[in-house]
Amino acid sequence: MEFLANLFGSYWPAVQLTAWTLIKIILIVAPLMGAVAYLTLAERKVIGYMQVRIGPNRVGYFGLLQPIADGLKLLFKEIIIPTTSNKTLFLLGPVLAIAPAFAAWAVVPFDATLVLADVNAGLLYILAMTSVAVYGVIIAGWASNSKYAFLGALRSAAQIVSYEIAMGFALVGVLMCANSLNLGKIVMGQEGGFWHWYFLPLFPLFIVYFISAVAETNRAPFDVAEGESEIVAGFHVEYSGMSFAVFFLAEYANMILVSMLAALMFLGGWLSPVPFIPDSFLWLLAKVAFLLFLFLWFRATFPRYRYDQIMRLGWKVFIPITIVWIVFVGGMMQTPWAHFFH
Amino acid sequence: MIAKIKSTLSSLMLVELLKGMALTGRYFFAPKFTVQYPDEVTPQSNRFRGLHALRRYPNGEERCIACKLCEAVCPAMAITIESEQREDNTRRTTRYDIDLTKCIFCGMCEESCPVDSIVETRVFDYHGEQRGDLLYTKEMLLAVGDKHEKQIAADRTTDKDFR
Repeated sequence: MEFLANLFGSYWPAVQLTAWTLIKIILIVAPLMGAVAYLTLAERKVIGYMQVRIGPNRVGYFGLLQPIADGLKLLFKEIIIPTTSNKTLFLLGPVLAIAPAFAAWAVVPFDATLVLADVNAGLLYILAMTSVAVYGVIIAGWASNSKYAFLGALRSAAQIVSYEIAMGFALVGVLMCANSLNLGKIVMGQEGGFWHWYFLPLFPLFIVYFISAVAETNRAPFDVAEGESEIVAGFHVEYSGMSFAVFFLAEYANMILVSMLAALMFLGGWLSPVPFIPDSFLWLLAKVAFLLFLFLWFRATFPRYRYDQIMRLGWKVFIPITIVWIVFVGGMMQTPWAHFFH
Repeated sequence: MIAKIKSTLSSLMLVELLKGMALTGRYFFAPKFTVQYPDEVTPQSNRFRGLHALRRYPNGEERCIACKLCEAVCPAMAITIESEQREDNTRRTTRYDIDLTKCIFCGMCEESCPVDSIVETRVFDYHGEQRGDLLYTKEMLLAVGDKHEKQIAADRTTDKDFR
């Protein structure tokens, strides 16, 4: 260590800070990638079970090596770049899709003391990051120079942007109850047991947030843009091999991110619902796992929405519900019953 | 009016969605139908029409008398027969080929055979690796018959009351 301190001289504290931050980033990203990989296996198994069949079980016990096999297959595939496509933008699209999905994890608190960056405007940062992901979709569709990719990209982008508004309003409701944009403080505002969690006073907002999250991540039943049986794969139809894998990973990382946010903001994060078991990071994992199971359950159950139905739902149903509920919450906070919402 | 309120309320409370999810949730815990091939196999009928075989009598004599009824009835003209008189003055085939790439596995040859010589066994997991491998000659068909005679005889016995 002295050797390194002498090597960097007066920059040693800065180097130490950078190295420690890098280690923390790796500690977040590496399990996240593992979680994304095994979420794909969990999806196939859960959907299989709901369709009265077992999912993949040949590669390793219970199919546990399946994601590794899938990853290797995608790595070995050739990345085909269409000759008429814009090569730079074509390769930039997946990057723009996945970078915000990972960047948003910087402000996510895993426990009362475990957070990479305790930013006071954490919620705003997350909303900003998820909005950048739309660029990835549009650029990927545009750069592919293919009719179906282009149409799929536009539909997907319009869908994402519409549901972002509903999500934003739902989070405004959380903001009103918590009086802070800091995710750690939002969770601490839900202290006091199960009945203090925000999903009870803000129940319509929780439902709207979760359904908007399903629509944001282009998951069934809102997967018209990547509908596997309709326009093949929408905006990522021209992608193959690793570049496709990046889109895939971005979608699942977004799913996990959105479930994590719902757990933090509505379901009390790491707080325990019962008094005799202490708070812990495992409670957060359990809540996220439950919400991810709901994602998979939705995919197995519901038929796909038509595109105009998706637009109608986003603009004419969810936004009015959220606005009405926000006005209601705001009004209730002026009455003697305000303590229900804090 | 009341009906309209009820329908609005039920769509707001996501009633049908929850009913749908309850259904798939029930199926999540239901016993699964998957058959783990090749460790387990699905049940197979004794009348299953698989790979062909030429049978023999219990004393070892081949059953086929080269009557060419199977060649005549085959809809795909997959059977080719040439016959000759043997030393003991019986009529036997010198050439009996079934082209399995032409065969439609209808079982008409088995139905038409007067001596139960050509039959379809239960074997479906055979393969050919080169171009001519699926042209089964007389020796190959007799070999299949000898290999699976017990199963063939058992299947025919199960079926004898219906023939």
